[in-house]
Amino acid sequence: MGLNSHPEYAIEADGLVKKFGDQRVVDGIALRVPRGSIYGFLGPNGAGKTTTIRMLATLLQPDEGSAKVMGYDLAKETDQVRQRISLTGQFASVDEDLSGRENLILIARLVGFSRADAKARADELLKAFHLEEAAQRQVKKYSGGMRRRIDIAASIVAAPDLLFLDEPTTGLDPRSRNQVWDIIRALVRNGTTVFLTTQYLEEADQLADRIAVIDHGRLIAEGTSSELKALVGAGRLTVHFQAAEDLERAAVILGSLTQETFEKDERALKLIVPIADHSAAAATISRFVTEDLRIADFSMGQPSLDEVFLTLTGKKPDSPESEGEESEDVHQAG
Amino acid sequence: MYIKQDNATDLQRALTLSQRPGRPGAIGASLTFGWRALLKIKYVPEQLFDVTAFPIMFLLMFTYLFGGAISGSTGEYLDFVLPGILVMTVSMITMYTGIDLNKDIQKGIFDRFRTLPFWRPAALVGALLVDAVRYLLASTIMIGLGYILGFRPAEGFGGLVLGVLVLLLFAFSLSWVWTFLSLIVRSEKALMGISMMVLFPLTFLSSVFVDTSTMPGWLQSLVDVNPVTLVVDAVRGLAHGGLESGLLPIVFLLSAAFVVVFAPLTMYFYNNKK
Repeated sequence: MGLNSHPEYAIEADGLVKKFGDQRVVDGIALRVPRGSIYGFLGPNGAGKTTTIRMLATLLQPDEGSAKVMGYDLAKETDQVRQRISLTGQFASVDEDLSGRENLILIARLVGFSRADAKARADELLKAFHLEEAAQRQVKKYSGGMRRRIDIAASIVAAPDLLFLDEPTTGLDPRSRNQVWDIIRALVRNGTTVFLTTQYLEEADQLADRIAVIDHGRLIAEGTSSELKALVGAGRLTVHFQAAEDLERAAVILGSLTQETFEKDERALKLIVPIADHSAAAATISRFVTEDLRIADFSMGQPSLDEVFLTLTGKKPDSPESEGEESEDVHQAG
Repeated sequence: MYIKQDNATDLQRALTLSQRPGRPGAIGASLTFGWRALLKIKYVPEQLFDVTAFPIMFLLMFTYLFGGAISGSTGEYLDFVLPGILVMTVSMITMYTGIDLNKDIQKGIFDRFRTLPFWRPAALVGALLVDAVRYLLASTIMIGLGYILGFRPAEGFGGLVLGVLVLLLFAFSLSWVWTFLSLIVRSEKALMGISMMVLFPLTFLSSVFVDTSTMPGWLQSLVDVNPVTLVVDAVRGLAHGGLESGLLPIVFLLSAAFVVVFAPLTMYFYNNKK
């Protein structure tokens, strides 16, 4: 282990660059991922998330820059790195022609378990991931959620210190997604560091201790979820009214109160107002009350990561491609 | 049903591993990949058609189709052509190793393997070992059928067995060409196309079916340096006698050359595949 490595970091990367032809897919990324945390790597399709993860997981050599993974040099101590990490790729990283149990035994043998230990380990994991009944079935006959579970099970056969998950819940139904989230949380409780990429802002918000936002191969923001939200500034106040006339009058009053643009939703009878702090929110509400507006409900919330992304990049994170639809589904269900 | 409480304890247990196993040995890892290839045969036994039905079909077809015309009798031709068809069949099925590897690459499992700390060539060596078993199966079936039809090697069974061993060595070496190609072509179909384009002329423009002395001079000079011709002549010589001195070392050198050139290339592209 090098003298200048920091044992508190699972990943220390500096100036990572990967070029495909002329294009700098990853363009100078530096990362500090604390051990034992969930680190979210958030960005739209084609932002460079997968390329970064593949470099950190020893699958691609960076064109420039260096990284230490679990204290070992990515370029020079590849084997030591490989003994401590595991990758669950975007597409099922198991052999679909084999059964779930055979897959786990295969991986267990390849990480160095003896024949008997490999079988015991496979059975233990099948039980933990509720795949006992499907153990003897070929993975190609599994449902989407089961596939993801056998995939993650295969990734933790050797109990890695650091687990890379590339879009672990893309395309999953909400129930399966929650199962995957539970597994990830349990992993981290157990001391594993999890580095996950996601296009779902909600997922990063729900799971990650720290979030890096990436766009066009560059980091555009990094911090905890609340830090990122604070970056955008204000929180927001949502006020539901009982009738359309109340909404209309409130909008007029609000227009005289603030220069800020606010959102009026006539169908849901609500106003969404950007607001600096709680006292400003309280003042707005009390003004509505003194004007005799009938308020059905109000709530104060921090901005969503969607808004964070919009502020940072000037565009919505969801790409117009097919994934957009899937992500909508998950958002609503969540 | 998914019961969260239960799951938590089982999961907790599965996540705590008292001792992480050490790096697996090269042989153990290769055998594990061999086991994987055998499992695939278990699930899709039809894939053995190429090493069971093919040899039977080829041998019957060519013996009775060409026998009378070429040698005047099918019996005589069988003695001549069996070593040839044996080499042809086994050479042709070597390409399946590459096709399987190409299928792997297109799936996520390839990435998983490459992040595991085992000896890298194991994935290929293991698969090639099982392929050697498949080649042996094809050879056994063909020779068995040959004996039934009246094939008798002049040097006896022992010479034939030596010939098969030489063939297995050649096939193992040739496979590295396909594993290499499988890593640089874009799809399974492309690989299939390229390998057929190479294998067809290579097996037909050889001494598999006819004595090369009946060919025009320009073709003869081409056919005589064809690796398949060299291997066929070696197997034929070992089985029936009259082995040219110096031919075996040439076949060994040729096989070694395939491995020396294509195994490192394969490993390079395997490790650096995007």
